[in-house]
Amino acid sequence: MTALLIRDLRLAFRAGGGFGLGLAFFLLVAVLVPLGVGPEGATLARIAPGILWVGALLACLLSLDRIFALDFEDGSLDLLATSPIPLEGVVAIKALAHWLVTGLPLTLAAPVLGVLLNLPGPGYLWLVASLAVGTPALSVIGAFGAALTVGIKRGGLLLSLLVLPLYVPTLIFGAEVVKRGATGAGVSVPLLLLAGITAGAVALLPFAAAAAIRVNLR
Amino acid sequence: MSLWEYANPKKFMQVSARVLPVVIGLAGVSLTVGLIWGFFLTPDDFRQGSTVKIIFIHVPTAMMAINAWVMMLVASLIWLVRRHHVSALAARAAAPVGLTFTAIALVTGAFWGQPMWGTWWAWDPRLTAFLILALFYLGYMALWQAVDDPDTAADLTAVLCMVGSVFAVLSRYAVKFWNQGLHQDSTILKVGEADPIAPAYYVPLVVCIIGFVLLFVALVLLRTRTEIRARRLSALLARERLA
Amino acid sequence: MMPDLGKYAVAVLSSYGVTLALLAALVALTLWQGRRVKRQLEEVESRQGQSQGKHDG
Repeated sequence: MTALLIRDLRLAFRAGGGFGLGLAFFLLVAVLVPLGVGPEGATLARIAPGILWVGALLACLLSLDRIFALDFEDGSLDLLATSPIPLEGVVAIKALAHWLVTGLPLTLAAPVLGVLLNLPGPGYLWLVASLAVGTPALSVIGAFGAALTVGIKRGGLLLSLLVLPLYVPTLIFGAEVVKRGATGAGVSVPLLLLAGITAGAVALLPFAAAAAIRVNLR
Repeated sequence: MSLWEYANPKKFMQVSARVLPVVIGLAGVSLTVGLIWGFFLTPDDFRQGSTVKIIFIHVPTAMMAINAWVMMLVASLIWLVRRHHVSALAARAAAPVGLTFTAIALVTGAFWGQPMWGTWWAWDPRLTAFLILALFYLGYMALWQAVDDPDTAADLTAVLCMVGSVFAVLSRYAVKFWNQGLHQDSTILKVGEADPIAPAYYVPLVVCIIGFVLLFVALVLLRTRTEIRARRLSALLARERLA
Repeated sequence: MMPDLGKYAVAVLSSYGVTLALLAALVALTLWQGRRVKRQLEEVESRQGQSQGKHDG
């Protein structure tokens, strides 16, 4: 399993592997929004939590179709499905690899973009905390969506249509944590709910995703 | 003789052909009676004025929009467990009907909200949850469309329906948390309680609900029959190509 | 016979109008698809000249 993780990470970091693309997209969102909304600090401060969360979510979405597509095309997904590792484990590892190359960098880069968007001081800690807690859910839910659409040619758009509604609870609680944190209100309730969603998704969705892959490999 | 006998496509076609005229007739009668009663014969509410007449459409379609998804969930589970093709096709047949009911509930809600709340749309929890429900319907239908092999499509959409149901419920509570909302609570089951809906509205509303339920059943039966024929058609065409 | 809808006439009438239009569209689509598939199926079945039809009705 470690070998699979290392292999996936190496593929992602290789040229054209998609690493950095999400980060660049995240940066672009944070630059474009003030250009569209206007430079007023108060307005930006109010919408910063939502923009940062939506930006992170969309950046995450960009690389989802890579989770299984390459392995499906060259047949290594068939090998993985017949390997001694349970397919559920394979899905979990691949979601973890996706998180390490998108969710984690996004979490670390978010405070810098928070400066661009004039995020109020107390919000930074909660921005990082909420992204750290919430982005694993985004990767796992995305892996499920990617598993559903792996057999479909040009399934990228369909993947977005399937995954985005599933992202709603994560987005709501994640942005709520930052919004409350930025205004100094208590954050424990949304943060716990966010953690609950992540825990539930990580625990259960690999099974659904593995079932979908088995159907697609049939 | 068991319930599962009706899952045989041939049996289903026979029984549904006999049942359909009755269902269509009853749906037509109850919808006509209910809507005419609701539109022409109910008094104006002292606060809502004549907009109260919208509830005869809004409430039944909103209920059926959710019930249609529940029916799809049950049909998907039956497909996954018992592999009855009719079940998978019935789930597929129900999705466009559910989406239409969701759209009607949203539009009539907007027409009611404009004079009553002073806005066409508010990011109220119930409204937002319905919008998300519409997105789930769209995704479900798009996945059916995108997969060529019928059994693969049935399996994948069934899995999506199950996972989607969990997330739809989560979203419902998430948006409740996110905004407290303008929408009043449901009063339909509050007969006998402190603030019940007046009988002048209750009776035609019940007739309308029955009408919309029957309309849903009729449409799903019709569409399922079409899906079964389409499946057989593609099977015959495939055999023709092989011969 | 038309009830007096007062100042909300537009809202009520458009609600009923949009609902009936959407329902009519859905019913028409359902019937049209049903007829088309049924016709195609009958065509193919008679072309293949076989009566071991799995379904009837």
